Amino acid sequence: MTKLAAALCLILAACGGAPTPTGPDAAAILADKPAATLAEYNLFADAAAREPVPGVLPYDLINPLFSDHAAKHRLVHVPDGTKASYAEPGVLDFPVGSVLIKTFAYAPDMREPAKDERYLETRLLIRRADGWVAYPYVWNEAQTEARYAPIGARIDIASTSPAGEPLTFTYAVPNRNQCKTCHQKDGDLLPIGPKARNLNHVGPHGVNQIADWTARGLLAGAPDAPPAAPSVADAALPVDARARAYLDINCAHCHRAGGSASNSGYWVDWYETSPARLGISKYPTAAGRGGGDDIHVVSPGAPDASILAYRMASTEPGVAMPELGRVLAHDEGVELIRAWIAEMERPAP
Amino acid sequence: MGFERAMMLGGAALLLAACGESGEVPASVETVDASDAVQIAAEGDFAAALQIALIEAEPGATIEMPEGVFNLTDGLSLDVDGVHLKGAGQEKTILNFAGQTGAGEGLLVTSDDVVLSDFAVQDTKGDGIKSKAADRITYRDLTVEWTRGPHPENGAYAIYPVESEHVLVERVTVRACADAGIYVGQSSNIIVRDSLAEYNVAGIEIENSSNADVYNNIARNNSGGILVFDLPDLPVMGGNSTRIFNNQIVSNNTENFAPPGGIVADLIPGSGLTIMANSNVHVFENTFADNKSAHVTVAAYTRQTEDESYFPLPRDIVLRDNTYEGGGDAPERVMGMIAEVVGTPLPPVIWDGVTSYDGKEVDVNLVVNEGEDVGFLSLGGGSYPLDPAALQPSMDRPESEPVEEPAPIVLSQDTAS
Repeated sequence: MTKLAAALCLILAACGGAPTPTGPDAAAILADKPAATLAEYNLFADAAAREPVPGVLPYDLINPLFSDHAAKHRLVHVPDGTKASYAEPGVLDFPVGSVLIKTFAYAPDMREPAKDERYLETRLLIRRADGWVAYPYVWNEAQTEARYAPIGARIDIASTSPAGEPLTFTYAVPNRNQCKTCHQKDGDLLPIGPKARNLNHVGPHGVNQIADWTARGLLAGAPDAPPAAPSVADAALPVDARARAYLDINCAHCHRAGGSASNSGYWVDWYETSPARLGISKYPTAAGRGGGDDIHVVSPGAPDASILAYRMASTEPGVAMPELGRVLAHDEGVELIRAWIAEMERPAP
Repeated sequence: MGFERAMMLGGAALLLAACGESGEVPASVETVDASDAVQIAAEGDFAAALQIALIEAEPGATIEMPEGVFNLTDGLSLDVDGVHLKGAGQEKTILNFAGQTGAGEGLLVTSDDVVLSDFAVQDTKGDGIKSKAADRITYRDLTVEWTRGPHPENGAYAIYPVESEHVLVERVTVRACADAGIYVGQSSNIIVRDSLAEYNVAGIEIENSSNADVYNNIARNNSGGILVFDLPDLPVMGGNSTRIFNNQIVSNNTENFAPPGGIVADLIPGSGLTIMANSNVHVFENTFADNKSAHVTVAAYTRQTEDESYFPLPRDIVLRDNTYEGGGDAPERVMGMIAEVVGTPLPPVIWDGVTSYDGKEVDVNLVVNEGEDVGFLSLGGGSYPLDPAALQPSMDRPESEPVEEPAPIVLSQDTAS
């Protein structure tokens, strides 16, 4: 079906003067090379990419990765007549031709993120027959065009943070290789967010996303009760669960078996149970100066003596973790992790 | 050149695939024609041009950097197989990262069959050059250093291949790492040779790795010259089968400036070669001189662990035909405490004497096959973990069985051998 559609597109394109398709352009999506501009994929009805075309569906994750307080807009496209297959514990298995779209944006005042919002970059993850590819697109000043930017970009931000503090820094759009540093397992590029546990909640359409995707024919095979990650932001939930959910979405894409930080032996996937893997009383492996004055990755009961909290709070290259995707420290995240470490029982002296 | 070149490479790939079916290790992808090299201009935005070239390179391409000092503000990365990144010489093409604002290293390689040669990397905020899961990589004629000299806030590793098979490091110079200059971790089939490591905490370290040859190197003025370690709580453990030979391991007396958490923080300054918890390590025909604590230390893991799959004692360690000059005259830390009992200079070869673990006797099989005049000291540590109060020092060499020496390492990308 997809192949047929792609072939038809090619034929139409070859004939010339073909009408612009009303849905996403499968030929552009499946082309060997990235399109020069985001518009060429026809994922949006308008040049500013505010209005998705039919077949492109907004969604969200229960816990976003911290990206310097940027607002993120996520959309998914699954080709007509195909479905993603439910998978656990990893990401859903999307069919060839699927696109995951994520736009990073700032408003002048992030306490009102929707007001006068400005798009910085839109990242595409495209599922090809031979695997996923990641293409970054950077928006122009006029907000009329996003161009392919394989080496990323640095963009000066002057905003106000959600807490009302000045938010002035240089935002880093990752290059293509940096995309893969986080988005890889055993050398293969993969999405991070669209796991069942991150989607299993009421999304932007006011309904449970797993049920909604199933009803819309985008997803097959979901069980009656898929797992759900706790909301990091929900202070009514136990600190342990929130902290583990935070580490899962912010750290575990690298800190897991097959991830870019696998060699550290510090693995924090949601399902990890080994105390040593979780850094508890574990010595650092290759932290170097990132270890600061601390001896253990997580020193139970002692956040001030834990490398994890030290590196999360740092903004110094070579110390700061994650290494990519943030310039600023996430104060709320640091506080949560410190609280988690503080409530652990100190080992007997 | 683009399209024709791609076609030619496609043909080469098919040939290689055909070769691969015989079960041979595939040879590295060679550049078809050196004149096809991508040249990076010294003028303009060098960093952007280089990173674009690294991203858009065809497999097998050569990327040439010109002579000059280039200031980079972000880490570089390479994820294309078979690329040769080449400078004009390790003292001529200098990539300086003093103004780095992002990434954990100067250059990260995540693809196979890569050659890095003829350039220098200076003053990165984290590690110098890291390669992860990058098989058949070659580091050749490189200098990686922190120009301010030893400092605890220097990067951990200069040359840092990890989780890789078939690693060749030759004719590199590494200086002032806050951990190990040349660090090979969780890898197998390794050659480190003809290199200079100085003013690092550890000069050269082979860690949680198997089948390594380390030879013709100079390790001097580090806190410890060469380390062969195995550590717990890591995905790859059971380091074994390393040959350390024909190295000059001299005056490794620099104060240990490592941050406190990493294992090298425990390294005793003034150490020549330290073997910890590794097995089948053969040390021969090296020259040890003027290492003020001990020329050779053989020890169990010095910390506590609950990793039940980890074995903390060394086994099958062979020392033969090495030359020892001076040293042991100003021992530090626990060596200094021992010297208060047995006097200085300490003998060249010191073993912690730990022979049992988890209630079971272990045949450490330390083979000291040196001349009669080479002194030896066992601390008589008994059981792991070591209890300093229970030491029973002895100058008698332990009884041992011969250990067959591993065959020389052969690497497909090693055109010199």
